[in-house]
Amino acid sequence: MRLPRPVLRRLVRFAVSLVVLVVASFAMIHLIPGDPVRAALGPAAPVELVEARRAALGLDQPLPAQLGSYVKGLLSGDLGTSFLTSEPVTDVIAARLPNTLALALVATLVALLVAVPLGMAAAVRTENGRNRGTEAAFGTVTGAAVAVPEFLYAIALVAVFAIGLDLLPPAGKAGPETFVLPVLALAVGPAAMISRIARAETLRELGTDYVRLARAKRLPAARLHLRHVLPNTLTATLTMGGLLLSGLITGSVLVEYVFAWPGLGLKIVEAITQKDYPVAQGVILVYGAIVLVVNLAVDVVLGMLDPTSAVKES
Amino acid sequence: MPRTPSAVAGTVLVALMVVLAVIGPPLWGDEAARIDATAVLQGGSAAHPFGTDNLGRDLLARVLVAARYSLLLALAAALIGGVAGIVLGALPSVLPRRGARFVTGMVNALVAFPGLLLAMFTAVVTGLGARGAVLGIGAAIAPGFARLTQTLAASVAGADYVAAARMLGVPRHRVLARHVLPNIAEPLILNLAMALGGALLGLSGMSFLGLGVQPPDYDWGRLLFDGFGRIYVNPEVALGPAAAVALAGIGFNLLGDALAKGAARRPAHRPDGAAPPAAPAPDEAEVQPDAVLDVRGLTVSFPGGVTPVRGVSLSVGPGEIVGLVGESGSGKSLTAAAVGGLVPYPGAVSHTALRLSGEEAATLTQKELGTSLAMVFQDPMASLNPALRVGGQLAEVAQVHQGATRAEARRRAVDRLGHVHLPEPEKQAGRHPHQLSGGMRQRAVIAMGLMGTPKLIIADEPTTALDVTVQRQILRLLREVTEETRAGVLFISHDIAVVGELCDRVVVMYAGRVVEELPVERLAEGAAHPYTRALLGSLPDMDTDRSRPLASIPGRQPAPGDVGDGCAFAPRCPLAGERCESSRPPLARVGAGHLVACWEAS
Repeated sequence: MRLPRPVLRRLVRFAVSLVVLVVASFAMIHLIPGDPVRAALGPAAPVELVEARRAALGLDQPLPAQLGSYVKGLLSGDLGTSFLTSEPVTDVIAARLPNTLALALVATLVALLVAVPLGMAAAVRTENGRNRGTEAAFGTVTGAAVAVPEFLYAIALVAVFAIGLDLLPPAGKAGPETFVLPVLALAVGPAAMISRIARAETLRELGTDYVRLARAKRLPAARLHLRHVLPNTLTATLTMGGLLLSGLITGSVLVEYVFAWPGLGLKIVEAITQKDYPVAQGVILVYGAIVLVVNLAVDVVLGMLDPTSAVKES
Repeated sequence: MPRTPSAVAGTVLVALMVVLAVIGPPLWGDEAARIDATAVLQGGSAAHPFGTDNLGRDLLARVLVAARYSLLLALAAALIGGVAGIVLGALPSVLPRRGARFVTGMVNALVAFPGLLLAMFTAVVTGLGARGAVLGIGAAIAPGFARLTQTLAASVAGADYVAAARMLGVPRHRVLARHVLPNIAEPLILNLAMALGGALLGLSGMSFLGLGVQPPDYDWGRLLFDGFGRIYVNPEVALGPAAAVALAGIGFNLLGDALAKGAARRPAHRPDGAAPPAAPAPDEAEVQPDAVLDVRGLTVSFPGGVTPVRGVSLSVGPGEIVGLVGESGSGKSLTAAAVGGLVPYPGAVSHTALRLSGEEAATLTQKELGTSLAMVFQDPMASLNPALRVGGQLAEVAQVHQGATRAEARRRAVDRLGHVHLPEPEKQAGRHPHQLSGGMRQRAVIAMGLMGTPKLIIADEPTTALDVTVQRQILRLLREVTEETRAGVLFISHDIAVVGELCDRVVVMYAGRVVEELPVERLAEGAAHPYTRALLGSLPDMDTDRSRPLASIPGRQPAPGDVGDGCAFAPRCPLAGERCESSRPPLARVGAGHLVACWEAS
């Protein structure tokens, strides 16, 4: 199959970004001033142990050889072993990643399902400057909701629903009920953001000639909005939704921390605090790769959704 | 900056933060540092509204004092990120091509990564502490700035003064420093102000994770970190720092929004206060008993006393094509929109009668309107929905209004597309609008009108956007459709030559009123109104002396807001006398089917 040029260009950019990411994650340990192993083990650690660790990490070899074995390790799924627990980093990630992905995906879905109808309804109500009150209220409420960071929502939700009202579990991951608060904390900000975009896009669409023509056809309001307006607003809305998803995956670090959610985010905070460099390195690499894959997927999906864009250059 | 409530709220919040940062440490510094072994880890009380920490220090005082450190760290991070970003963004315009491409590629790759990821990367490298967090958040801010600088610089690079400086041999770094950067400084500074809010939230997040500020220093994030550990026992200890971070975030965001809006200098909304629609003035016009359209005294007004259409009366007979001509702003398109019931809010439409095939339009159902009234707009590129297939857009008329099944509706759509001479209608029906040419799309729009049983077709400049040969085909199609369906056509155009060729009757509008109505046969020789004659006179023909400039009508049409008592055309009229200035001539019959509103025409 011959790939169209724009798709090819996207793939090339994806590959370049991936290479940059791998090199950056490799370089991370070398950028740490001084000796990372000594820093991790502390000044009291015996020299033999430090030397053994250095050898285990390959730090005693020349840089190109290290990069080579790092890449070779990556290709075979070997990300090294944790300084602290001696677990393979791959196992740590395999255990944690699904929890993070589940949280981010559910939150993105919730945000989209709430925000798109909300934004459209706000646009229809405030078209051409009618209902100024609604417009001002919508702008202020979503503006404020966007501005509050997710960890504050998380803390507030814990304080109110878990501690104050004792309705939902405050932490951990077990049944569906444990998803409610973390998902809410993650979804509020993106939902406010997406609903603003959905409103702006819908307003633009409502002013187009084809919507005027659709109105001249006297279509029922539901059909007009759902069939003629909605598909044209989705391009921008989903682009934003996709970017938010990659933002959510990392944004979940703070929410996971608040809810002690057994995901990658909680792990990386531990790893950074305890100077467990191989784990930190692996998790950052995985986060970065997820972001790149999500962005690529968004582009591809958009190309399929919007017949006119056919993967346009952004 | 717009003075909206949210702009005011943002300004007040940010001002409060700044004041707090200045006066906080001197006022409450001592209290925040005072250790009290008798009041360790207390909850909220009258003496300590937010409780005390593990050394018995008052948490309210600590929150107030922490404002300075939190803001300073955010400022440092925003400046680091801003400066690094501007340098990265400006580099491509001074580096050789290869280097420029490399930097651009790096920036593009970095922009894709969420800021928190970059911040954590930096935190790993620099270790825990405020320095690492500031560098990390700065690193997170930089790529966005670099991208913005690149975009802005590229937009200025094309400007004449930059090109001129290049031509004069000014070195590239001087062009950048003297011509490019000063001209993009304003949006960059604006963005820096917004980045400040982001930096504050980012740093609070890092400190809250324990990756940022370390004791004995404290910012709001660190206070939250300490408070969060005690949230099960004393939730109020987390309340102070959480509220501070939230208010700061909201304040910076609202202020940033308001600044951005102010910078975009959006035109202000129309003044509100709807003026009462001007009293419709029923003028005499040709009435046909079997007219498909009969509108009397149509007036469209907007709030603020602007009335672009004033007392227009027209009728269209079955199988008749009536041309509605006038310059831009004469109210012809708005007249068409009002007839079609499509005047956008906040326009107000009034009329003494608006009948379609003898029935008051207000009494017709959506279904009747949807099938008996067809509209064709100016730009065929814009009037089909880009996301939907052409066939589906036709078929839905039959599905919605005629209860047809999907298959029936589709068959009819294909049939109608064939009817307007679209080649391979089956294939076109399955295509998206962008795959069709402009002429084909306009045919498809006409076919859409033929899905029902149209009695009136409103065609608003349907050929203006098409090239001349296609224009002819579409006009021929309209004529053909009219003869076949006996529908009436209201054909709006600024082009009196096209109207003369296509139409049976011509209605000329000027400044919102009908000034002349006449059968097309009389147009060339018998036009009586000076405006109609001027329109005809401005047409070049075979006899036009091409060595002389084309004739045009001197002056311009008055805006709908400032039409006076007299004849609106008087200021531009060669015949205008005193009476024309003071009183408006009524539309009066001067011959069979010929009405003119002019004191001087005879």
